Amino acid sequence: MNFQEIKGEDYSVQYIPESVTVKLQGELSLTGSADYAPISRLLNDIAELNPPTITLDLTKLEFLNSSGISMLSKFVISMRKKTQIKLAVVGSDEIAWQRKSLQNLLKLCPNLQLTLE
Amino acid sequence: MSEIFGDYLPDLPPGHDYLDLGFSANSRPIKNRWRNNLLSAYFVADYLATFLPIDEDDPAAKRRQQDYKASVSYVANELLENTMKFHSPSDEYPVRFGIHFIDGPEKIIVLMSRNTVTREAGDRFKAFIEELLSSDPQELYLKHLEQNSLDENSQDSGLGFLTMIIDYSAKLGWKFDPIPDHPRLFLATTLVQLVL
Repeated sequence: MNFQEIKGEDYSVQYIPESVTVKLQGELSLTGSADYAPISRLLNDIAELNPPTITLDLTKLEFLNSSGISMLSKFVISMRKKTQIKLAVVGSDEIAWQRKSLQNLLKLCPNLQLTLE
Repeated sequence: MSEIFGDYLPDLPPGHDYLDLGFSANSRPIKNRWRNNLLSAYFVADYLATFLPIDEDDPAAKRRQQDYKASVSYVANELLENTMKFHSPSDEYPVRFGIHFIDGPEKIIVLMSRNTVTREAGDRFKAFIEELLSSDPQELYLKHLEQNSLDENSQDSGLGFLTMIIDYSAKLGWKFDPIPDHPRLFLATTLVQLVL
């Protein structure tokens, strides 16, 4: 399995195995689900390992377009079946899109633990 | 005959501040131009900020202004992404994009995009708009995401409009105009209103 960092001009997606954390940073506005596929694959590969907790750290993700919100939502939906894994999403209260949009993830998966720091 | 859907403003009041941009969307492949969407969205959001003077010593006002800028950036980027994705190149009609600032009892931002679409794409778009206007946006949003999650190659189109309504309390309106010289094309205009 390949857990290399995914990097673009304006963003990076980093996997930290010690804490099973995926850190998304920068500005993500890719063209659609095909372009988001490498990030989806990384998240799904981590879920395949069945760790007790997966943390998505979004505290430095300044921008995410609706295709990106869709990619995160798909992952959250897929995690509903994996009840043995706890999914934690950590965002920033300083970033307006996160305050406005991250609550929607709870509607897709009520067991998700959402924190806005 | 023009067809109008949703909360469309046929005439923007005269004398307001606005910025109107044109993109010759035919010159380069869409992938190469994609980053311009976000750059243009940030640009109009910064432009807006000049009309919202704030007291630098008031942290709440500063945070409010950051929120407005973030809302405008998000909505503008979604509008431009849709416009670029569905634009059907025709030399006479570049993609148009504008921000209008209407100062009244309420401060209203209107974001406008205009592009040409093929009849087929326009008809699909109209069907989506009709579904959007006759549904509960929250339910439709969840339905689209659940459907997307089952389909590997799903198109996410529509989610942008739904997030504008649900997360940004935006009012949306559309106009489709026939183009006499191009019977296979519509001129599609989208207006998004945000109350500040």
